[in-house]
Amino acid sequence: MSVPQQGQKRWSKIAGLAWRESRTARRRLLLYMSSISLGVAALVAIDSFASNVQQSIRAQARDLMGGDVSFSSNAKLSAPLQSVLDSLNTHGMPVATVVSFISMASDTRSGGTRLAQIKAVTTGYPFYGNIVTAPEGQWARLQQGPYAIVDPALLIALDAKVGDSLAIGYVKFEIIGAVKSMAGQSDASLVMAPRVFLPDRYASETQLLGFGSRASYEWLVKLPPTITSTNFVKPLRPKFQNEHVRVVTVVQRETNIAESVQQLADFLGIVGLIALLLGGIGVASGVNAFVTRKIDTVAVLRCLGATSGQVLAIYVAQSAVMGFIGAAAGVLLGIAIQFALPVAIKNFLPLDVSVTIDWRAISMGLAIGVWVALVFALRPLLALRRVSPLQALRRDTAALDAERNKDVATHLVNIALIGSVLLLAFQRAGSLRRGAMFAAGIGGSMLVLWLSAAALSYVARRVVTPRWPYVIRQGVANLYRPANQTRSVVLALGFGAFLVSTLYLVQANLLKQFEVTAAQSKANLIFFDIQDDQRAGLDSILKSQGQRALGYTPIITMKVSAINGRTPAAWAASQGIPANNWALRREFRSTFRDTIVATEKITDGKWFGSAQLPDSLSELSLEESPASEMHVKVGDIITWDVQGVPVSTQITSLRSVNWGRFEPNFFAVLQPKALKDAPRTYATIAAVQSDSVIALLQRSSVARFPNISSMDLSLVRRTIGQIVAEVSVAVRFLALFSLAMGIPVLFSAVAATRRDRLREGVLLKTLGATSRQIARILLSEYALLGALGALTGMVLSFAGAWGLVHFIFGGTFAPALLPAAMIALAMMALAIAIGLLTGRDVFRETPMAALRES
Amino acid sequence: MLSARDLTKEYQSGTTRLAVLKLVSFDIPQGSFVSIVGPSGSGKTTLLGLLAGLDTPSGGSVTLDGTDLTRLTEDERALVRGEKVGFIFQTFQLIPTLTAMENVQVPLELRGESGSAERAHSLLTRVGLADRMDHFPTQLSGGEQQRVAIARAFSNSPRILFADEPTGNLDGDTGARIVELLEELNRESGSTIIIVTHDITLAQRAGRMIRLKDGVVVEDVSKPAA
Repeated sequence: MSVPQQGQKRWSKIAGLAWRESRTARRRLLLYMSSISLGVAALVAIDSFASNVQQSIRAQARDLMGGDVSFSSNAKLSAPLQSVLDSLNTHGMPVATVVSFISMASDTRSGGTRLAQIKAVTTGYPFYGNIVTAPEGQWARLQQGPYAIVDPALLIALDAKVGDSLAIGYVKFEIIGAVKSMAGQSDASLVMAPRVFLPDRYASETQLLGFGSRASYEWLVKLPPTITSTNFVKPLRPKFQNEHVRVVTVVQRETNIAESVQQLADFLGIVGLIALLLGGIGVASGVNAFVTRKIDTVAVLRCLGATSGQVLAIYVAQSAVMGFIGAAAGVLLGIAIQFALPVAIKNFLPLDVSVTIDWRAISMGLAIGVWVALVFALRPLLALRRVSPLQALRRDTAALDAERNKDVATHLVNIALIGSVLLLAFQRAGSLRRGAMFAAGIGGSMLVLWLSAAALSYVARRVVTPRWPYVIRQGVANLYRPANQTRSVVLALGFGAFLVSTLYLVQANLLKQFEVTAAQSKANLIFFDIQDDQRAGLDSILKSQGQRALGYTPIITMKVSAINGRTPAAWAASQGIPANNWALRREFRSTFRDTIVATEKITDGKWFGSAQLPDSLSELSLEESPASEMHVKVGDIITWDVQGVPVSTQITSLRSVNWGRFEPNFFAVLQPKALKDAPRTYATIAAVQSDSVIALLQRSSVARFPNISSMDLSLVRRTIGQIVAEVSVAVRFLALFSLAMGIPVLFSAVAATRRDRLREGVLLKTLGATSRQIARILLSEYALLGALGALTGMVLSFAGAWGLVHFIFGGTFAPALLPAAMIALAMMALAIAIGLLTGRDVFRETPMAALRES
Repeated sequence: MLSARDLTKEYQSGTTRLAVLKLVSFDIPQGSFVSIVGPSGSGKTTLLGLLAGLDTPSGGSVTLDGTDLTRLTEDERALVRGEKVGFIFQTFQLIPTLTAMENVQVPLELRGESGSAERAHSLLTRVGLADRMDHFPTQLSGGEQQRVAIARAFSNSPRILFADEPTGNLDGDTGARIVELLEELNRESGSTIIIVTHDITLAQRAGRMIRLKDGVVVEDVSKPAA
């Protein structure tokens, strides 16, 4: 037989031996390896679902947009641009128009009134995607008369039904159907303002598109298959963009949506990766325990002629198989989650996601899972190579630790471990910088946990005195005695607490702004688009129901026409800002007043009155966000185009605004003298106690002034409350998921010293200790470990959540102490429960049986 | 032939060096049945570990069939053990997760040899365990476990077999039967057998007895040939 054949045979025999030798340890090894299952499940679910969403976006991008190219603006097109679009029609490229604006919609039969998004559309809209109505086929009838097709939410809100008459402005439309399905908008976004589709030719008759209206216009073009959208827009884009018209192709739209979905997937992927790394720690702890159990067997194998390579191969093979099964279980769970996700979050999805098995995500999840399991298992497994055959003759507990620091293979595995974490971090985070930050965060957290565990051992050694009750002394001493589990348990528990608490804190902070809204605002009915001459009329309507308007806020629409004497485009170029920057292009709805209001805070400069400016200049207070977008600061001159009239202002202060309160707040506030003659509309708020009075006031105002819109803020608050509740459920699920992940990891961490604890406990029993005393010893040890791990994790989570809220979500972080403390308590309870579960065997085992075994 | 020359083993204990074996020398011809005796702490087990290549000496050499074990690496010594050496331990040291049959097969499988099942079957039959082959160690009595260990020790037809207190965990009758079995196998196979024990009755059954005290050979007597 040739040498390679002999070698091959030897390894196949080793594989057989590995399989047989694992016989009684398979379940235990599988339990340790299951630490990675939830992490793999998270990665597979997130990656598969993200890929499904991306595919759906690609498949539905045209449906979502309704055309191949979209031109949109807040104003009608200038004559030259309009003629460009008109000419397209004659060249076989049909154009459809959508005019969108907000208005009150009232059902004349039920009297129900509700703010709605009106969408006046021309024939042909949408060019792509099917609008299904109930009753069926009504979309084709829409253009045939004064008809309306509405979202089902509006029917419910107005207590209306198909066939009713719907008043929009000064025109009554017959409701001929409800939208059953249409690409492009999530249910959640429709709850605030349900849509009403009308034929475009009636839009002007509503008289809602006049002065002060906030209509937006969109022109959708359908291209023949021979012309690509990118080539089509190339010559047109500069012309349109010069007049503040946005031009978006279906390719861009697809990319934009895909990018935002990818960002979300990246964030969730990081959560999954943390879960996987936590699982890796569990694997390392568990395999460590496994290795301790295998020393005798390895010593015998060494006596019988096994080389260190053969020994390592036997146990690496066992770990790899179990790691594969653990990862495969994670894959199956991940697929189940992937299929459940679209059902769970369908209200938030703007498109129909068709769920298909994504083999790339599955193989990736499986490969990463097996790799993480192996690389984390390899470190403790390497120690088996150093088991001396002499161990078969006499046991030496220190055998495993000998010469670890000199072992090149251990260093290589350490490098592979760190390298793997870095690589995975870069792969998941999407950028080197974020990956490095993420890896540093994980490394830092582990270091802090390790140091705190070391500190606990140190302190425990010094504070124990003979005066303490025996059981407490014994429990605390377990924290520093040789082969203690302080570091592994604190690391596993602390990391788990860190993860769960961070998730919760981020959620709490993101949702807090909505709660602030609900708590602080007393006003619950807001009227807007009020003309100057309608104020008295509205006052009398309010008065008739014993209510009053809490002041009228003037609103003036304006655009930036120059900054420090340069056009917005020139300014953008000089500052390196993209030409389509929102702040430079937006239509600002501004106000003027003398005083600063409660929701505002000056962050730079001084409020009006202290600057000495020439008559031609007025003072301007700008909110921080557009100021930073436009790269302007206190002292800069902004010239506004106020409906054709140039108004020059100098920034004399920057403000931060609490947008959480549903009160009229503004990016730009000007000195009254700047706008005293400008055409304006008004908004006002009222604090109304009863829902029925709110409904009555809305009906009365819309009956008398159809152009005035009103919004029931208590309804908005309830709607937001519902959304918040749904999001909370999702986040709580994530937190529970993370908590569940901690359990096998903790079990693995505790398993490492389980045998020692068992032997020790039984010895104590032999010497007369009662089960109660042993339980107390375990309780004091695990309570201390749990407290330290959970508290350190909690402190770390404040840092982690602050980082995420501050850098990723751009918000202000406020620590939620009570929930974080509750999570810490739960983790502590978990540690104690697992510790006492370990003790269960001590209580069960007779001293004789255990002594015989040892 | 197994030769020990000036074998010395020292351990560091705090700041002092403790000599457990001091300049031990002897030759053991192939096919001998030798016992090493001495009180606890006399260095018996240390000597066995060095002779079997389980450990390296602080000084001196061990030569097995012309190969100086002290010049080999740990893995090279493992290969020598797998090829030429068998072991029997006081605590049997069977692998708990393997059946009797699988335990006996291990040394052959580590060498990648075929026919391990047949060889294990015949050895277990030879030691009287034909009906216990599929039992796990925990399902066997102490005497049966030690017989499995003997079968395993002979599975690779070792040139030399080391037995560390082979009857230490057994009652008198069972112990006696185990020794008889070892004697028979020694005659049948021609393997050298070295027994380490503090049981003088057992030691006296060997053809040669080496007595250790405080790490030094104090007596080395051979029975006159029968």
